[in-house]
Amino acid sequence: MSATTFTDAELARIRAGFPILSRTVRDGKPLVYLDSGATSQRYAGALDAERAFSEQVNSAVHRGAHQLSEEATDAYEGARATVARFVGGADEEVVFTKNATESLNLVAYAFSNSVAGQAKDPRLDLGVGDEILITEMEHHANLVPWQELARRTGATLRWIGVTDEGRLDLEGVHGPALGELLTERTKVFAFTHVSNVLGTINPVRELTAAARAVGALTVLDACQSAPHLRLDVADLGVDFVAFSGHKMFGPTGVGALWGRSELLHAMPPFITGGSMIETVRMEATTYAPPPQRFEAGSPNSAQVVGLGAAIDYLDELGLDRIAAHEHALTERLLAGLAQRPWVRVVGPADAVDRVGAVAFDVQGVHAHDVGQVLDDQGVAVRVGHHCAWPLHRRMGVTATTRATLAAYNSPSELDTMLDALDRVPAIFGVAS
Amino acid sequence: MDLYQELILEHSKRPHHAGLREPFGAEVHHVNPTCGDEVTLRVHVEGTGADAVVRDISYDALGCSISMASTSVLAEEVIGHTVAEAMTTHEAMRTMLTSKGADAGDEELIGDGVAFAGVSRYPARVKCALLGWMAFTDALHQAGIDTTTTDSTSNDSTIIERSSKDES
Repeated sequence: MSATTFTDAELARIRAGFPILSRTVRDGKPLVYLDSGATSQRYAGALDAERAFSEQVNSAVHRGAHQLSEEATDAYEGARATVARFVGGADEEVVFTKNATESLNLVAYAFSNSVAGQAKDPRLDLGVGDEILITEMEHHANLVPWQELARRTGATLRWIGVTDEGRLDLEGVHGPALGELLTERTKVFAFTHVSNVLGTINPVRELTAAARAVGALTVLDACQSAPHLRLDVADLGVDFVAFSGHKMFGPTGVGALWGRSELLHAMPPFITGGSMIETVRMEATTYAPPPQRFEAGSPNSAQVVGLGAAIDYLDELGLDRIAAHEHALTERLLAGLAQRPWVRVVGPADAVDRVGAVAFDVQGVHAHDVGQVLDDQGVAVRVGHHCAWPLHRRMGVTATTRATLAAYNSPSELDTMLDALDRVPAIFGVAS
Repeated sequence: MDLYQELILEHSKRPHHAGLREPFGAEVHHVNPTCGDEVTLRVHVEGTGADAVVRDISYDALGCSISMASTSVLAEEVIGHTVAEAMTTHEAMRTMLTSKGADAGDEELIGDGVAFAGVSRYPARVKCALLGWMAFTDALHQAGIDTTTTDSTSNDSTIIERSSKDES
C-alpha cells in the first residue's frame, strides 16, 4: 500500500466537513462515532448540494420544457455520470434506487419477472433445477431476497460457509468447497465485497472468474466497500454492483445499482409506473431502455445530487489514502483488543484483507450491555447481530459489539473506545 | 452508571426461578429481533376467574443483563399471586418503563422492579426489560386465562405486543 495516511492537519480538515462530529453526547462527552458501517455521517458538501438543488433548480427531472427542468435534469444526470465514473462503468449502466436493498431486490426480481423460458437473456431464466449461490456471511439484504427468489421460482438456494477465522470457506474445510457449490446449475452468485460484521474483504476477482467459468451471473453487495476501497467493475469482473448513499457520506433514501449494459437491456422492470415507459396503451405498455426502465415515478432527485457530491468528496480525498488511513486505524484497534484477553474478535485477527469493521465479544457480558457502557462514555457502536443473524449463529455468538471506522476517525478516538471498554469487566463482575 | 443497579446485576447473574418446569398451561417463545435475545417461558395457572393464581413461571432465557434480570424479577413478583395482581404488577412495570424517566416505580407494586426505573431513560433498552413480561402476558392468553378480571390492563398489553412485533 503506497498511499499515505492522513496527516493530523488533513484529518482535522476532514472532520470539519462533518459538523456532527463536534457535538457532545451523554452529559458533555465528545461524540466518538464508530458506527459508520450502519450509517456514515453526512459530508457537509453533500448537504449543501441537496440544499442548493432544492433552492435553485428544483423541478421535475426528465419532463417539462422549462429552464428549471433542464437544469434539474442536468444535475440529476450529472450525478449519474459521477456514480458511473466512481465504479468505472458507463452512465446508462447506473440505476438510482432507494438503497442497496432495493438494488439487490431489483436484480432478484428480474429473474422471477422474466417469464420462464421467455427471458430475453437465457441467463435470466431461473426455475426448478437451477441454483442460486450466496454466502453465510451475507447481510440480510443480500440473503432474504435470494431466499424469496428461490421460493418464487423453485430454484435451490445454496451457500458458501465461513471459516472459524471469518473468511469464506472456499476450500471446503467445514462444508462443501466452492467447486462443489458453484456448478453449471448455478445461475446467479451473490456475495458481499466486504463483510459488515467480520470486516473480511472477499476475493472478488477469484469468485467472479469461477462464476464466469460456469456461466453464472455475479451480484456484488458493495455497501461496506464503497466508502473504503476503490471499486472498478471491469477489474472486479462482476455483472451487478449495489451500494447505498448513506453509508458513503451521502443522504439516506438513495442508492445505486450498476449493471452490465446487455443485462439491464434484457431485464424486465421491477417497479412500474410513470417515467419508465416507452408507449402506454390501455391494452399494454412498452418500456423505456435502461436506466429509465428501472426508475419508475419521481426520483428523489435532491438526494441523488447529494450522493454525487459525496462521491466527488470521496474521490477528492482519494480512496487509496482513505484505505491507508483506515488500515492503520484497524491495526491499532485490533492490537488494542488483542491486549485484552477477555475480548474475542469475531473475524480476522490481523488487518490483512480486512477493513475496519471490527466485531467482538466480551466474555460473560452481553453486547447490549457492552454498548451501553461505551455509550455512557460517548462512544457510539452497534450491538446485536447487525442484520447478519446466520453469520452470528455460525460464529457461535448471539450478538456482538461492533466498531466500524470511516475516513474521519482518529487514533485518539480508538483509545477513548478502548478506555471505555476497560470499564466493562468491573461493572459486570467478570474476569479482566 | 445508574442504569446497572446492583439488584439488576444480581438478578442477571443468578436469575430466580430459571429453568423450564412442569406442569404448565402454555409455553411461548419470544424474540427481540434487533439483537436476537430470546426467552422460552411457561406459565402454570390454577383456578379460574378472580381465584386464578399464577403457580409457576419457568423460563429459559438468553439475553442482556437487563432482559435476564427483568425476567427474573417477573418470576419473583408474580409467582404465587393471583392473575389480577400479576396484571396490575405488569401494568405498573410497563408504565414505569415507558415513562422516559418520569415514573420512579412503586416498590409496593413491583418490588425489585424499581431497580429498572433507569431503563426508561434509554428507549433502546425498554424492549429488553419488557421481553419477559410480554412473553408472560402472551402465555396467559395462550393458556386461555382471562386477564380482564382486573382494571382494564389487557387492552394496554395488547397494544404493546403489537408494537413489539412491528419492529423488525
